[in-house]
Amino acid sequence: MDYFLTEEQQMIVDTAKDFAHKVIKPVREEHDENQTFPWEVVKKMGEAGLCGLYIPEKYGGTGLGILGLCLAVEEMSKVCSAIALSMAATGLGTFPILLFSSEEQKQKYLPDIASGKRLAAFGLTEANAGSDALGMQTTAVKDGDYYILNGTKQWITNAGEAEIYSVFAVTDRNRGSRGLSAFIIEKGTPGFSFGKKENKLGIRASATRELVFQDCKIHKSAMIDSEGKGAIIAVNTLYTSRPGVAAQALGIAAGALDESINYARQRKQFGQTISSFQAVQHMLANMATEVEAARALLYATARSIDKAGDAKGFAKESAMAKLYCSDVAMKVTTDAVQIFGGYGYMKEYPVEKMMRDAKITQIYEGTNQIQRNEIAAGLIKSAASKK
Amino acid sequence: MNIVVSIKQVPGTTKVAINPATNTLIRAGVEAIINPFDMYAIEEAIRLREKFGGKVTCITMGPPQAEEALKSAIAMGADDGILISDRAFAGSDTLATSYTLAMGIKKFGQFDIILTGKQAMDGDTAQVGPGIAQWLNIPFIAWVKKIEDVKEDAKTIRVERMMDDGYEVLEGPLPILLSVVKEINEPRTESLRGKMKAKNFKATVLSAKDIEADPDFIGLRGSPTIVNRVFVPVRSGKKELVEGATVEEKVSKVVASLRESKLVN
Repeated sequence: MDYFLTEEQQMIVDTAKDFAHKVIKPVREEHDENQTFPWEVVKKMGEAGLCGLYIPEKYGGTGLGILGLCLAVEEMSKVCSAIALSMAATGLGTFPILLFSSEEQKQKYLPDIASGKRLAAFGLTEANAGSDALGMQTTAVKDGDYYILNGTKQWITNAGEAEIYSVFAVTDRNRGSRGLSAFIIEKGTPGFSFGKKENKLGIRASATRELVFQDCKIHKSAMIDSEGKGAIIAVNTLYTSRPGVAAQALGIAAGALDESINYARQRKQFGQTISSFQAVQHMLANMATEVEAARALLYATARSIDKAGDAKGFAKESAMAKLYCSDVAMKVTTDAVQIFGGYGYMKEYPVEKMMRDAKITQIYEGTNQIQRNEIAAGLIKSAASKK
Repeated sequence: MNIVVSIKQVPGTTKVAINPATNTLIRAGVEAIINPFDMYAIEEAIRLREKFGGKVTCITMGPPQAEEALKSAIAMGADDGILISDRAFAGSDTLATSYTLAMGIKKFGQFDIILTGKQAMDGDTAQVGPGIAQWLNIPFIAWVKKIEDVKEDAKTIRVERMMDDGYEVLEGPLPILLSVVKEINEPRTESLRGKMKAKNFKATVLSAKDIEADPDFIGLRGSPTIVNRVFVPVRSGKKELVEGATVEEKVSKVVASLRESKLVN
């Protein structure tokens, strides 16, 4: 398929592909097995220029937009989505700063993120506030020029490894969604610590921990935008970041498809390669068709957001891309394991890991059930506004 | 710190077919790559620049399409590239090639360190690096596996040279030429910014006239090499420790032994 990529976009694909095969592939199994964080890869990812694609040039990035981010995440996720996530989840933690911060805050944080020197993370979810994110319990109580934070954020990607955190807390319980505010909190701030590292099914090279705030004193200058803007910041961040999750899922699916085709052409049963059997051919045909459809939806969404310069008008499409790509990833990786048969179930082959890694894409940054709510809400809203 | 890296474009031999009639490599239509050993030299040059500042310039002798090798070096992070290209260089052996590269480097001007890979993977001679040092009349250390230290003020460098059984620590003055082994580093992949820079990069092209080459020293005319036989030399592995109270005494014993074996006059 020709997606009419510009020369620069094609360079992103080539750079990320080369990087994934030379740098990520040799270490992906080891990090998956041991749940170690791939700092040596992250450092090189920064040097390769793959960390600042969505950050404007004036803040040290390359200004190649959401599509630029998606192309890199897709290529790297074909090889290992868990390692690619160090950068993609940094995007999630960075969007609140990029979209809503003061110029001063942008100058302070974005160049280091763009160069890959520092990672970021996004602190929204809590133990009792998952899909119902606005039901969070973490509070930020004003005290002169400071806010005092108390509470615990759960399942935060990059936690403990990242140095820059976009954290959401209740500043006024009585104001509902207008009672939330967002802060930039740096690792090492007194009163800010991390819980234990979670042991996960998939994306095991990615670090997931709690953020624990105990009388954590934050100067008001660390607030993003103004008091009460938290919900707006969170929602718009997610509209912008969901294509990145979709790209991660798409990469996993495309990687599993490639592995499946190669395997089917080599594996012999009944005296012939299994790719000669129609049962396998039809599975491969379905997988390839779904991967291509997922890619077309994602690229169109990313391009729409880049052209508009804002994801607000494409909340529905952003949710569609995340929903579809992640469902395809789960299905395609499951079929990939099936094509590999018994070998697919073994850790010596890469597809079982892809299947484990795929599952999270249906869950995080809004479960696929929440995505469907979002899409339906968008449909009803646009129909109602026509009257 | 000015660092020059002498590189060579070679055929990507994993993809080369062999002509069954002549038993030679079919080079036409084969993807050309930077000699893999030179990649370590480029990487080391970039690391030196990252540590000490300065500029990394890659130089190569070859046909016009060798500019692609320089572009790849730019994509990795080199600052500049010089292509020495002229029909008059055709048929150069390692002597003529090292002369030509040395003349090109002279034209370039100031340099502190020249890096090369330990050898090219097509010719495998490992002669061009030392040849350049000889023509430039600067010291040369082969098989460097680590640059331990560079003292910019004192103009000295300390390196580890890989040997069959261990390594030697050597110190030398700058400017110097080092040939590096693959143990020295892990070459980085091409970066996005580098690729963008490489896209618009035009190498400085120098002809035989530009480098003021003596016509007797270049191309076929400057190449006295005749390939008589190609073989893998047998290594005896025999070694002898020379004992002595002073360095002078040890050296005279070594010299006597070499004379006895008629290796020196």
